[in-house]
Amino acid sequence: MENQILELQYAMDTFYFLVMGALVMWMAAGFSMLEAGLVRSKNTAEILTKNIGLFAIACTMYMIYGYDVMYGGGIFLSGISGQGETYSNASDFYFQVVFVATSMSIVSGAVAERMKLFAFFAFAVIFTTVIYPLEGSWTWGGASVFGLYSLSDFGFYDFAGSGIVHMAGASAALAGVLLLGARKGKYDKDGKSMPILGANLPLATLGTFILWMGWFGFNGGSVLAMASKESADAVAMVFVNTNAAAAGGVIAALLFAKLWFGKADLTMTLNGALAGLVAITAGPDTPSVLVATLIGAVGGILVVLSIVWLDRKLRIDDPVGAISVHGVVGLWGLLAVPLTNSDVTFTGQLVGAGTIFIWVFVASGVVWFALKTVMGIRVTKEDEDEGADISECGLEAYPEFVTK
Amino acid sequence: MKMVTAIIQPKRLSDVREALSEIEVTGITATEVKGFGRQKGHTELYRGAEFVVEFLPKVKLEIAITDEQLEQVIETIIKACKINGGKIGDGKIFVSSLEQVIRIRTGETDLEAV
Repeated sequence: MENQILELQYAMDTFYFLVMGALVMWMAAGFSMLEAGLVRSKNTAEILTKNIGLFAIACTMYMIYGYDVMYGGGIFLSGISGQGETYSNASDFYFQVVFVATSMSIVSGAVAERMKLFAFFAFAVIFTTVIYPLEGSWTWGGASVFGLYSLSDFGFYDFAGSGIVHMAGASAALAGVLLLGARKGKYDKDGKSMPILGANLPLATLGTFILWMGWFGFNGGSVLAMASKESADAVAMVFVNTNAAAAGGVIAALLFAKLWFGKADLTMTLNGALAGLVAITAGPDTPSVLVATLIGAVGGILVVLSIVWLDRKLRIDDPVGAISVHGVVGLWGLLAVPLTNSDVTFTGQLVGAGTIFIWVFVASGVVWFALKTVMGIRVTKEDEDEGADISECGLEAYPEFVTK
Repeated sequence: MKMVTAIIQPKRLSDVREALSEIEVTGITATEVKGFGRQKGHTELYRGAEFVVEFLPKVKLEIAITDEQLEQVIETIIKACKINGGKIGDGKIFVSSLEQVIRIRTGETDLEAV
């Protein structure tokens, strides 16, 4: 009887893991739609190709080597047997691999509309094989940082990856954008920022809702268990807090934009939802639902400030706001954990955030620079005017917009 | 015969079409166009940044009519497009003379074809 209950527990934890992983996989659809909505129509097919291509690359490279770097398990998962302790080992790989893809997805939006497709794919190979898995090994993998120090000694805590997944993706994006430069026409000759309008706000909104839904898998699945009263309670709390933070982010961004700009700015509001989600991801397990709402709300305000600041002051052109949503708010998410989790310190969070940022930013910068030297990372001016759809994919996403 | 070319607000298109049908105008060609006149552009907001839309969407109507219809057609268009005393951006009407009209199917010409 005892044994049967354990087996049932094992089955249920595995089942839960797989379903949550599938929800996270669905976030790839969310990123695709969000990005497709926020670029101009002439770059839509290219950004969609980028999104599905990077997802497959992430899955394959993490399977070949990335998972081994992060958790051990051998090249081609050769060291993974079916049986794990409380859930199937294969389900663990499945749940982890969709996180890699999420982190990589963050990059594609920031470099949209001007990067060469295959330069991006080449970067995706390196990022998902080495750059992400290595920082993942220092954090969730428990390994020491190049044998120098161990983040667990500092009490670094990142529940589902505000830093490990989101800020890491944003750091890689930032390095790429700095080497890539702004889109043509984004800044006039005096350096004034010129808005470049997203082509399809219904798609961007759909993408945001899909991401919001997928996030229940992202955070909820990170409890790693379901088959006991304690873990069921934990999962329920994580779901509630994740939802509350997203709502807080929306309301804060909506009101803040209304007060600042005088209008209800839709794309900022969408970014507010994602900011709320990123903010709570480092610690959805400990706050009360009120505090979770507030953590999300601070994220929602930060993201509006950060997007405007990056765009107008630093002149960093990020078409979808990925660096602000995932990077700036990811950092806030890490720093918000000690507010409700007494085992976690600000120092530990800062050391962890610094380690992740420096590693991912520098390593990505080196890779981007090498790619820039070897094959070039930017499409020609002519191709940029024509649109990446034609130059990279040879077709248009909306061919019937133009009478032929 | 005359060719009336009218640039109007897109939102007035269905009213204009109805009003012209009532006075037995039998054919209109409508094209979605962009342009500016005295209205110039207007300001919109994207991600916190204001920008000017310089070319505004308009509808261009092309209507071929007889000389006798001209006055009434002009009055009808104005009536349908000038609401509450009218405002800048309501549009413009151009009239030019029309040399020849041919109906492709029957080969009828000029007044029979207009």
